[in-house]
Amino acid sequence: MLNKRKSHWWLYAVLTVALVAVIAPFVWMVLGSFKSEGELRQAPPTWIPQSPSWDNYTELFSRLDFGTYFTNSIVVAVAVTAGNLLFCSMLGYALALLEFPGKRALFTVVMATLMIPGVVTFVPLFVLVANVGLINSLPGLILPFLVAPFGVFLMRQFFLGLPRDLLDAGRVDGAGELRIFAQIFLPLAGPAMATLGILTFLGSWNNFLWPLVVAQTEENYTLPVALALYSVGQNSTQYGLLLAGATVVLVPVLLVFLVFQRRFIEGIATTGIK
Amino acid sequence: MSATAEKVPSRRHAARLREGRAAWILALPFCLLFLTFTLWPVIQSLFMSVTDTRSRDLRTPFAVEFIGLENFTRAFSDEKFLTSAGNTAYFVLVGVPLTMALALAAALALDKGITKFRSAFRLGFYTPVITSIVAVAVVWRFLLQDEYGLFNTVLGWFGIDGPNWLGDPNWSMPSLIMLAAWRNFGTGMIIFLAGLQSVPWSLHEAAAIDGANTVQRFRHITLPLLRPTLLFVTVTTSIGYLQFFEEPFVMTRGGPLDSTLSMSMYTYQQFGFGNYGYAAAMSYIIFVVIAIVTAIQFRLLREKT
Repeated sequence: MLNKRKSHWWLYAVLTVALVAVIAPFVWMVLGSFKSEGELRQAPPTWIPQSPSWDNYTELFSRLDFGTYFTNSIVVAVAVTAGNLLFCSMLGYALALLEFPGKRALFTVVMATLMIPGVVTFVPLFVLVANVGLINSLPGLILPFLVAPFGVFLMRQFFLGLPRDLLDAGRVDGAGELRIFAQIFLPLAGPAMATLGILTFLGSWNNFLWPLVVAQTEENYTLPVALALYSVGQNSTQYGLLLAGATVVLVPVLLVFLVFQRRFIEGIATTGIK
Repeated sequence: MSATAEKVPSRRHAARLREGRAAWILALPFCLLFLTFTLWPVIQSLFMSVTDTRSRDLRTPFAVEFIGLENFTRAFSDEKFLTSAGNTAYFVLVGVPLTMALALAAALALDKGITKFRSAFRLGFYTPVITSIVAVAVVWRFLLQDEYGLFNTVLGWFGIDGPNWLGDPNWSMPSLIMLAAWRNFGTGMIIFLAGLQSVPWSLHEAAAIDGANTVQRFRHITLPLLRPTLLFVTVTTSIGYLQFFEEPFVMTRGGPLDSTLSMSMYTYQQFGFGNYGYAAAMSYIIFVVIAIVTAIQFRLLREKT
C-alpha cells in the first residue's frame, strides 16, 4: 500500500534551509536596527548586535517624525478598510440575493475593471484629485480606495453560499429589505468580512505609489512614503535608522499576520488574490 | 373573484419594486465611488491617450488638441520605451517560471513529503508576501551590497567572488527577479496547496499498484488534475509581473543604464515629466499586452477536450 504521507528526512533538511533563506532578511533587519552605524559597516557583517541599543528608534520618533507617519498610516488603513467592508458587503449582498434592473450589467462592469492595471487610472485619478483640491490631504489618500471590485467579488461569493430561506423567512416576518440585510445577513458574514478586512488593511498599509505622489509634505506622509524618501534623501547613509524604520513598517503587519494567519491563508486559497 | 386575481400580481409587483429599490439603495454608495474613482478615470485615460495633454493643461482640460494615434506611434519609435518593453519581457519570461517552480516545489513538499511542522513552514514561506516593498527594499539593498553585503559574504565562504548585484547592468535584473520570486512564491504555494487537495489519493494508489513511480504519477495524475490551478497561478502571476514597478522603483530607480527600467516605470517617469497624454497611451499599451498574454495563456493551458 502506498503511504499517504511519508516523511523524508532529506526533505526536512531542504525545507529548513529554504526557510532560513526566506526568513533571514527579516531577522537580519530586526537585529540590525539595534546596531550602531560602525557595526553595520563592518566586513564581514555581524549577526548579533555587539552593544544593542534603542538609539535608532529614539531618533526615529524624536528627530524624525515617525509617530505622525505611523498615525497617518493607521488612519488611512482603518478608513479604507471600513469603507470596503461596508460598501462592498452592501453591493455584494444585493448582487447575490436581490433582483433589480441593471444587475447583470453592473456586475459585468465591476468585474471587468478587475483586469485593468492600476497604471491606467493613475494619471486621470491624479488630475481629478488635484482638481478638487485634495492633493496633499488624508482624504486624498483615502477616497480613491474606499471601494474595490475585489471586495464585491469576495462578499458576493460568500452571500451566495448562505441559505436563501433566511431572506424569505425575514420577509414573511414582515422585516424590511434593508433590515433583513443589516440584522440577518450581515451578522452571518463575519468570516468573509474578516478575510476582506485583513487583506484590505494590509493592502492599504503597504500601499506606496499613490501616497508617494499625493502626500507632498511631512504631515501627510504614511510610513512607506517616509521610509522611501529617507532611504534616498539625506538620511540615506544612516543604515541603522533605515533598518529601524523598516522594522516599524513591518512589525505591525507581521503581528496581525501571526494572529490572523488562518483567515489569511483561507482567503488566499479561496479567492487567489492577495 | 376578479378582484383577488388582480390583487395578487399587483402585490407581487409591489414586492418586486421594494426589492429593486432596496437593492439600489445598497448599491448606490459603491456605485458613486466606483464611478468617480475607477470608471471615469479609465475613460478619461483613453481620451488623454489620443490628445497632447500635458500637466499645464490641468485647468483647461478641453483646450487640448486631438492628435489621433500619435502617442502610440511615438511609443513604438521611442528607444527608451522599447528598452523598457524588453526589460519587462525579461522579467516576466524568467520571473514567472521561476516563481511558479518555487511555489509548486514548496506546495508538493508540504502536501505529501512531510508530516510535521507543515503549518510552520507554510507560515514562514508566506511571510514575504505580506511585507511592504519599501521596507523589503531597504533590507535587500544591504544584503546585496558589493563589499559587506550578506549575499557576497555567504558566496565568499564557497570561494565565489560575488558580483556588484545592483550596480552591474548585467546583474541588476537577475537581482530584482530573485527579489520578486522571494516575495511572491508564497501566494502561488498557498493556491497550489489548495489545488492539490482536489487530487484524489485513490488515483495515486491505483497507479502505484500498476507500478507507476513518483515521477510518472506526478506527470500523469497530479499535473493534469492541477491544470486549472496552474492556469490560474500563471495568469495572476503574469498580470502582476507585467506591471512590475515597485521593485525597480525602490531598488534601482530603473538603473544602472536603464537595465531595470520597466514599462510601468517609464510610464510613471513620463507622468512625472508632465507628459500626461503620452503616459496614458503607454498605460493602455500595457493593458493591451496584459489582455493578449492572458488570452494566449488561456488558450494554451485550458482543459483539452
